[in-house]
Amino acid sequence: MFRKQECVAMLLAGGQGSRLYALTRNIAKPAVPYGGKYRIIDFPLSNCINSGIETVGVLTQYQPLELSDYIGSGEPWDLDRNEAGVHVLPPYQRTKGADWYKGTANAIYQNIPFIERYDPEYVLVLSGDHIYKMDYSDMIEAHKKKGADCTIAVIEVEMEEASRFGILNTNPDGSIYEFDEKPAVPKSNLASMGIYVFNWQSLRKYLEEDEDNPQSQNDFGKNVLPAMLDDGQRMFAYRFEGYWKDVGTIDSLWEANMDLLNPKVPLDMSDPTWRIYSRNSGLPPHFIADTATVQNSMISEGGNVYGEVEFSVLFPGVTVEEGAIVYDSILMPGTHVHKNAKVQYAIIAENVEIGEGAIVGQRPEDMDDLKDWGVAVVAQDVVVHAGAVVKAKAMVETDVKGGEDA
Amino acid sequence: MSYTNVMGLIFPNMHDETLRDMTSVRALGSVPFGGRYRLIDFTLSNMVNMGVSKVGVITKSNYQSLMDHLGSGKAWDLSRKNQGLYILPPFGITDESYAGRIAGLATLDAFFSNSKEDYVLLSDCHVVGNIDYEKIVDAHIASGADITVAYQTGVIPQLDSTLVLSTGLDDRIADIAIGDSGETTGKYAIGLYVIAKALLRQLVHSAVSRNQMHFERDILQRNVQDMRIFGYEVTEKTLMISSLASYFAANMALLDPETRAKIFRTDRRIYTKVRDCCPAIYGLKSSVSNSLVADGAVIEGSVKNSIIFRDVKIGENARIENCIVMQGTIVSGSSTLGSVILDKDVWIKENRTLQGFESYPIFIEKGATV
Repeated sequence: MFRKQECVAMLLAGGQGSRLYALTRNIAKPAVPYGGKYRIIDFPLSNCINSGIETVGVLTQYQPLELSDYIGSGEPWDLDRNEAGVHVLPPYQRTKGADWYKGTANAIYQNIPFIERYDPEYVLVLSGDHIYKMDYSDMIEAHKKKGADCTIAVIEVEMEEASRFGILNTNPDGSIYEFDEKPAVPKSNLASMGIYVFNWQSLRKYLEEDEDNPQSQNDFGKNVLPAMLDDGQRMFAYRFEGYWKDVGTIDSLWEANMDLLNPKVPLDMSDPTWRIYSRNSGLPPHFIADTATVQNSMISEGGNVYGEVEFSVLFPGVTVEEGAIVYDSILMPGTHVHKNAKVQYAIIAENVEIGEGAIVGQRPEDMDDLKDWGVAVVAQDVVVHAGAVVKAKAMVETDVKGGEDA
Repeated sequence: MSYTNVMGLIFPNMHDETLRDMTSVRALGSVPFGGRYRLIDFTLSNMVNMGVSKVGVITKSNYQSLMDHLGSGKAWDLSRKNQGLYILPPFGITDESYAGRIAGLATLDAFFSNSKEDYVLLSDCHVVGNIDYEKIVDAHIASGADITVAYQTGVIPQLDSTLVLSTGLDDRIADIAIGDSGETTGKYAIGLYVIAKALLRQLVHSAVSRNQMHFERDILQRNVQDMRIFGYEVTEKTLMISSLASYFAANMALLDPETRAKIFRTDRRIYTKVRDCCPAIYGLKSSVSNSLVADGAVIEGSVKNSIIFRDVKIGENARIENCIVMQGTIVSGSSTLGSVILDKDVWIKENRTLQGFESYPIFIEKGATV
């Protein structure tokens, strides 16, 4: 018999994150490194423990190995508990056969027994795609006060951008009367953050009905939420104010990293009252040599900087040799930039070698046509040999030889 | 062979007097070092890296900070069901706290009886290094020694407690001098011993019954003729802490890439307690050279030849040179510091100037405001 939990969080971490291309070739999107030492999933997990939610199911499907390894016992987030704690929940085989998670709603449906053992009042559904710090307990409190069946967190976006989001149209009391998925002509600028609080008993009923409907795609946004609204369930929007960023694309991932270097961006990673926890590298402090210049950058442990680093984020164990230049770039763990190489506007994944004198990425002002410009990406374990060139917007997944352009 | 047959015993309060300023609030073993470590991390990691899975830490006084640092031992993989990390505070048979190593060992009967290991590695915390302890135990067993004393050859630390060894051809120790022997260079012990558990217990009991409470004098020196006491020369790079000046020099030695590579080896890691700080942030006007910087630091000013610990803030136009700045310390804008050791949580207000000298660094105590 498990102790009752008021709220169980279910974190949807099965997505491939196909718009991150080379970066999610071998890992699930929530495991993508962010911010010099974190991975995306550190944010929802840390938010959970900081909000007092101690039971978290992580639904994995695509490339789960690295993500499962990373979560481990949950100890870095204080989520290694006797009964509660974090549980990785992959699809599994039953007597009647096995199913992949067909959609976000189906993933929760298949784990009804996991949720039931905690007999919760509420279920919090989260995604592993966003960078934000949020107190979920405030949202649950608002949910209770409204006597809602479902509460959806929303954030105000620019009206011009609203057509890129799932928009919620609300009455003055905050109740939702319409879902508008990527509307051509938006009626409101309240974008869904993909964070839902449900009364568990009503969610369970809708999940079961949804499963019985062969036409359904078993998706929260497309099927379950509209069905609840059609039935006249009490659904409310919960306004969130603060930093929130989707990191589902190369450009947004790059921007979200650069935001950390901008003191005006309201994302304080060093706030001791709301720490973001992560599995630590345990490496010694990083070394800045007397030949180095470092400006407006973020650098983590174990690194060795002998060259020039500006407006960049360096993860643990990154080496930048003498004469090498790293501007406006993100260098993930273990990457080595050799002498006189030049890395600009690039995301370099884990354990990449950038050979002597190689050039990766370009500045937008150096382009003949800005349409051809974009952040260059080099995938995990790739070697860019000495003298090779990787152009702007390139997506490099295999080694690049010297004298070759990619 | 499997080193599950060896247990570790660490003495974090030994040599507290060498860093009086810093050990007034903590044991020597929990003195901060190298940007994110405590001195105990080195011997503890060396033990874990050789496969030791049971370690007792024999504390005597001022051990709150040490207990906070060690926690359950998880950071060293010593949070185990069987074995693991044991903090062994004074047992309190008498009103006096431990006079020395022997008094500490004498209270460990239950701990020893519940241990299946046959050998004990005894270690102090004043030597920083990545030392292959396995080789020392191998040598101990191969030589058939009763006690093996690890030593190094070189300039002898001038301390009252230094053991200066004279050894024969086979490294058997012929004579031990304690304190100033008049020699300036030679073989000196580094506070690391291997001994069979049964023999250690017997020697401790015999010493206590004669009120002989000094391990080095009453057990090692007294028995040098009658017992097989062997030396083992440690050849790894070490940094010895025997004074504030040598503490300062040992930290600064880490700025040398070769020394760093020898101590922070990738195949034998040095573990420490994790703090969830975000990576170090360098501001637009920062200028940093030849320095070690830990996570959580925010640097807006100029830093040269320095060791910057976690969560340190260096304000705009502040200038830091040859400094050790410990966790949580704030150096406000436009202050200038040279050759200063700043303990934890110090606050240097704006426009302050402090200038020490490399061989005589200024020390600012924990929590002070300047």
